[in-house]
Amino acid sequence: MKVRVTITLKAGVLDPQGKAIEGALRGLGFAGIDGARQGKIVDLALAETDPDKARATVADMCEKLLANTVIENYDIAVLG
Amino acid sequence: MRSAVVLFPGSNRDHDMVKALHDVTGNRPTVVWHQDATLPDVDLIVLPGGFSYGDYLRCGAIAARSPAMLDVARKAKAGVRVLGVCNGFQILTEAGLLPGALMRNAHLRFVCKEVKLRVINNATDFTRAYAKGQVIRCPVAHHDGNYFADPETLARLEDDGRVAFRYAEGTNPNGSINDIAGILNEAGNVLGMMPHPENLIEALHGGLDGRGLFESVIQAVAA
Repeated sequence: MKVRVTITLKAGVLDPQGKAIEGALRGLGFAGIDGARQGKIVDLALAETDPDKARATVADMCEKLLANTVIENYDIAVLG
Repeated sequence: MRSAVVLFPGSNRDHDMVKALHDVTGNRPTVVWHQDATLPDVDLIVLPGGFSYGDYLRCGAIAARSPAMLDVARKAKAGVRVLGVCNGFQILTEAGLLPGALMRNAHLRFVCKEVKLRVINNATDFTRAYAKGQVIRCPVAHHDGNYFADPETLARLEDDGRVAFRYAEGTNPNGSINDIAGILNEAGNVLGMMPHPENLIEALHGGLDGRGLFESVIQAVAA
């Protein structure tokens, strides 16, 4: 079973990398950018076949390692 | 005074730390590999600077889950003093032994220079050899030293005297909130700081301002 974890910075946490990306996009002439935030994706291949169990296991992985919940949110998507 | 330095794959300031501990305390610290599940009984455990696991995932994230860190957490809870410098500070926050997080420097550049630190709380095992409000010189070298904590956590740190060091006015090198350079845990036996006191302990290297931190621990152990 493939599971995708998307990790993003919480609202209100300064994201200097996102700011730099935003500035570079403006520099390229893209108009109307209201913000850019950078995150990361972790794709997991699991032996588990039950989506609910897979989701619960990955949530545990996020809490223990994949995300730093002081500054980051995570979203889990079961890709099948 | 007995001490131990935990070595992670990617640590690179361990030699400086070993030398500083040896020179100031007179005893050579035990170097412990991160896979060792049990640390020796010592008065001070140090997590040195560097780039453990190449900063993969987040700085200090993977090192914080290594077998040695489980024992560091147990010993910290039992009252053993733990000092984390630079990457060691990042590891302590990732391990949950200190609150908050260290984020990318606000200006996105690696910063390697000398800064000035103000001793905010000198009534700790790590700062008692300094005067309250004293300004000391100290080198920094990091890319992710921008301390962040939510407003409630920050208020607790400030109200409880758990900010040990602040970057002196106008010298904050990384955007750290409230100019925070080093913080303590609630019990006061765990200190994390981004600057490197171990790099200013010899006159030949330009100053002795870092010795006070190690001398403080010696005094605390003797007290």
